[in-house]
Amino acid sequence: MNTFSYTRANDVADAVQNGSVKTNFKFIAGGTNLLDLMKENVERPDHLIDLSRITLKEIEDTADGGLRLGALATNANTAYNQKVEERYPLLSKAILAGASPQLRNMATNGGNLFQRTRCYYFYDLATPCNKREPGSGCSAINGYNRIHAILGTSEHCIATHPSDMCVALAALDAKVNVTGIHGEKVIDFADFHRLPGDQPQFDNILEPGDVVTSLDLPKNNLSKHVTYLKLRDRQSYAFAIVSVAAALELDGDVIKDIRVALGGVAHKPWRIKSAEIALIGKAATVENFKVLAENLLADAKGFGSNTFKIELAKRAIVRALTEVAKAI
Amino acid sequence: MKTDYIGKPTSRVDGALKVTGTAKYAAEFSADGLTYGYVVSSTIAQGTIKKIDLEEALNLKGVLQIFTHENVSGLAWFDRSYKDEDAVAGSPFRPLYDKKIRYSMQPIALVVAETFELARYAASIIKVEYTTESHISDLKENIPNSFKAPKGKVGFKPPVSRGDAKEAFENAPVKIASEYIHSAEHHNPMEIYATTVVMEPDGKLTVYDKTQGVSNCQAYISKIFGLSAKEVRVMSPFMGGGFGSGLRPQYQLFLAVLASLELKRSVKVSLTRQQMFSFGHRPASVQQMALSASPDGTLQSIAHTAYGETSMFEDYTEVVVNWSGLVYQCENVEQKYDLVKLNTYTPLDMRAPGAASGFHAIESAMDELAYALKMDPLALRLKNYAERDQNDKKPFSSKALRACYAEGAAKFGWDKRSIEPRSMREGNNLIGWGMATGSWDAMQMKATANAVLTADGKLTVGSGTSDIGTGTYTIMTQIAAETLGLPIENVTFKLGDTLLPEAPLEGGSWTATSVGSAVQSVCTTIKEQVFKLAKKVKNSPFANADLKEVNFDNGEISLKLNPSKTLSITDVMKQSGKVSIEEEATTMPNPIHMLEYSFNSHSAVFVEVKVDEDLGTVVVSRVVSAIAAGKILNPKTARSQILGAVVWGISMALEEDSVVDNNFGRFINHNLSEYHVAVNKDINDIEVIFVEEKDDVINPLGIKGLGEIGLVGVAGAVANAVFHATGHRVYNLPITMDKVLGLSE
Amino acid sequence: MLDFFKQASGSHETTLAPPPAEPAEVRLNINGQQHTLQIAPWVSLLDALREYIGFTGTKKGCDHGQCGACTVLVDGVRINSCMTLAIMRDGQEITTIEGLSHGKELHPMQKAFIDHDAFQCGYCTPGQICSAVGLINEGKANNLEDIKELMSGNICRCGAYTNINAAIIQVKGEVQS
Repeated sequence: MNTFSYTRANDVADAVQNGSVKTNFKFIAGGTNLLDLMKENVERPDHLIDLSRITLKEIEDTADGGLRLGALATNANTAYNQKVEERYPLLSKAILAGASPQLRNMATNGGNLFQRTRCYYFYDLATPCNKREPGSGCSAINGYNRIHAILGTSEHCIATHPSDMCVALAALDAKVNVTGIHGEKVIDFADFHRLPGDQPQFDNILEPGDVVTSLDLPKNNLSKHVTYLKLRDRQSYAFAIVSVAAALELDGDVIKDIRVALGGVAHKPWRIKSAEIALIGKAATVENFKVLAENLLADAKGFGSNTFKIELAKRAIVRALTEVAKAI
Repeated sequence: MKTDYIGKPTSRVDGALKVTGTAKYAAEFSADGLTYGYVVSSTIAQGTIKKIDLEEALNLKGVLQIFTHENVSGLAWFDRSYKDEDAVAGSPFRPLYDKKIRYSMQPIALVVAETFELARYAASIIKVEYTTESHISDLKENIPNSFKAPKGKVGFKPPVSRGDAKEAFENAPVKIASEYIHSAEHHNPMEIYATTVVMEPDGKLTVYDKTQGVSNCQAYISKIFGLSAKEVRVMSPFMGGGFGSGLRPQYQLFLAVLASLELKRSVKVSLTRQQMFSFGHRPASVQQMALSASPDGTLQSIAHTAYGETSMFEDYTEVVVNWSGLVYQCENVEQKYDLVKLNTYTPLDMRAPGAASGFHAIESAMDELAYALKMDPLALRLKNYAERDQNDKKPFSSKALRACYAEGAAKFGWDKRSIEPRSMREGNNLIGWGMATGSWDAMQMKATANAVLTADGKLTVGSGTSDIGTGTYTIMTQIAAETLGLPIENVTFKLGDTLLPEAPLEGGSWTATSVGSAVQSVCTTIKEQVFKLAKKVKNSPFANADLKEVNFDNGEISLKLNPSKTLSITDVMKQSGKVSIEEEATTMPNPIHMLEYSFNSHSAVFVEVKVDEDLGTVVVSRVVSAIAAGKILNPKTARSQILGAVVWGISMALEEDSVVDNNFGRFINHNLSEYHVAVNKDINDIEVIFVEEKDDVINPLGIKGLGEIGLVGVAGAVANAVFHATGHRVYNLPITMDKVLGLSE
Repeated sequence: MLDFFKQASGSHETTLAPPPAEPAEVRLNINGQQHTLQIAPWVSLLDALREYIGFTGTKKGCDHGQCGACTVLVDGVRINSCMTLAIMRDGQEITTIEGLSHGKELHPMQKAFIDHDAFQCGYCTPGQICSAVGLINEGKANNLEDIKELMSGNICRCGAYTNINAAIIQVKGEVQS
């Protein structure tokens, strides 16, 4: 870990102001990933701006019947919040599938968006990694890539985004509220994270100094038929090999609304809206779910030790939707 | 009897210290002016250090020194000075010895600074330039360069063949042959390796080290740094898990002592979790098994070949294949064990070394043979039950494996199993039942214990052994208390200190037998002394009695035939004017028995798995482990040891995988996030059975040790259960979902 | 093979590495007692406890939030003390394993761990116990399956999980009755 100075921000304006005058700084909230990376010398900020005392911890109704999640509410408080449990159980399930109780008690909703990949090579300074050192090369493409991406990859990077929560946020069409030097902006969750392309060092589209203040969940009718299916190499406390956030709104057995987002397979939560829309008005059958799975994985590409994920992801999608369709 | 503790469930005597956080581990000792060391690890696997630039780091205020191969010299010259009690053939690794890099993550520098954070920071700004050479890291690819495993390691017996396995295999009507690949595993005890060296005012060193053998470390340090035993005291009162990783001195011990002597300061060096992947490990292996049988299941031949990895500088050996010739009756056995040199640190005994991997192959092959024969897997094992050790041509001192099979099968409900794979189902899950046999050596080593009985009736017993979580403190206290008939709270057992009499390394499941025998012996001697005094006190009720005619119980001596005639031990001491009685005893195994018998513990493991048919995920839902290991000293801690070993087996079968990236010759998943060990959620019902096994030959206590046996059969039983569930046999560990689905090998 | 020393050696281009940040005052209420430390911001709460105050009951098992050995309670909530800076916890109430017992009187969870032999080497034990106390405070574990899931952030390499769960069930029963 390098040396750094520390500032505690009193409010969002203070955080933005501090960010505007400092270079090579990082915001810290829960710290559960940033400190991990700093101890590995992967992140080497000169300044830390602590957001954790800012009072953005509320979870409250929005005017249009949705829910606003404070960026600094912890993952645990969000998952166990009664409104979230009742109206957005998919989010609760996804959060509770990730990390450990202790980490969920520390990690914040905003911070969750900024988790960095678990790629072995990104973490290991002994190996080249384009995400860590642009231009140095990607060790995973011809290396051990069990936990790596099969979708949206580039010749520069095949890292995955490790969050479970974000997979549910993607499925739920969340919006990210951001305050930056140039004022406030709202970003569709689908646009928040980016694919690696030739700049894998950037995980998302934010500008330096942007502070995520809250996440908005729009109103939906997706509280009954939901599941978060997470496949991993042990039963708990492990990152996803493949995960599926699945939600259905059914009229009898006819699909009125459907959401499927995948985790563990790409540089961002993976969702193809057109594939979902194609199923609206159709019956909730295994055959139709298989069509969706094929469409979602149509462009998938394996790199050796992760090639099995293509078939596994398809099976997981079908399983998740089949379970969800059965649920009352 | 009130103080007969042996065989009774007894809570750990060190329990209160552990649950309150007051038990101190190696990195938790402090000293005035304590400094902190941080290790820099190599990023390449083979080559040389061209340049190591320390300037920036040394310029930081509070950085005291940085040790590298360029400034460390004047140490012992010959290999023998670096050989420890558990050393293998070859040249032991010497930290900071020369510019040569022999494996990835080799320690290349130690930064010593006033604080931990500063040392860590300084380590991060050291610039190292290497000349990289090509490395060798792929075991399977390098099998053509394998060579016969040499002797050199204590306890290693090269395998011996008998009969003609090739011909028997050719002619047999039923046969199977298969290959098993295991990747390396790392011990990963929860406590990270650490050493705190306290520089005493007189210049002597008190070393708190994470080790399974304080005297091993003391000798190692003394030889290398030219110190006398009096100048180095090594202590290890508590050890946060070992599993074999502490059998050899780890490099942080060397580095901490080096820094302390050079700087004349107290130094603490703690590795990182990542660096826990930079030393010994269970070696990767490739095994080939060929079995043949007659139609009734009688084994016609066993052929077992194993290739194990070793380092470029030493030849690590373990007993992998010999179990094949031991555990089943068979006239034609071919056993071969070869090594392959790789750019890796020398492997190191890891819980049930050799047996854990060897039995996975043997028992998977037996299962496969049972299916080829259309025979119940348990019936096949009973058909080929070995009454004698055919490897060494000796009888067993005791062998209650039949009882393990019978009691384990009954508890598990094995008789309700349908032999057909894929015949049991529950929703999306296929259910499978599998079983396996296990065996381990029941060894005893030379050990010494001392004991002091004081006038207040308190007994302190000591031996320089270790309690790595196995319960040594507790069982030794039980043995001492019962032998002398004292309430357990009046007995204190001390260990992990080179001022105590020497004990063997804590490993191989021999601590209970070795140190237990010494404790029993020294307490018996004290008992005899007390009785001598008791006979002489005024109006002694025992004046004409023999030791055999009295009981020592609850602090009192009484006549067996007239229990009202008593004298308390404290009275005897007082009336004899004795302040204390002090004795020392050394025990070793009976050499005649050693020649005449084979000593082994045994197990039968029964496992139920639930395998998701579509997703390939495996849950071990039920385990019954039946153990035959002689007398059980403490059923409470013994059960825990077997429970934990079963967890190890599940973890080994399904999760543990130290992945080498052959592009870098480096373990790439070197942390607890990506090197998976079993978590709470992975573990379901585990039932432990200790079958009755009386053994009058092995040692006076009739005990065999429990550290390894609980692990041995588990991975095989899990693999066999997965086959029974799915009809698809996964040969390579760990059994992950992709392998179960046949999507990966 | 690449000669990759640049990545391994930090990215600072100046010849002089920046000196460590100045120590700042951090006040921690630990087990009901106020501790005022002068420490640099890079000190984790875990290292503050172990190295700067001497509360070595809280263990370092990985230093990366991957094992749970460092679990403490902050304002009654269980967290990994390795993954937070001490300075971020300024003014907060921290309970460590040392604060659960009162003199010789053990906390019911500590006693249950001894009764059920819920540990072997003892190194993960303080973290397990603090985590178990946190779990009961949270009130989300209603059965054995819940306990197993919600105790999975604490690795026990000795494999004492069966007994850990039995101890927690015993204490949960006591809490409810």
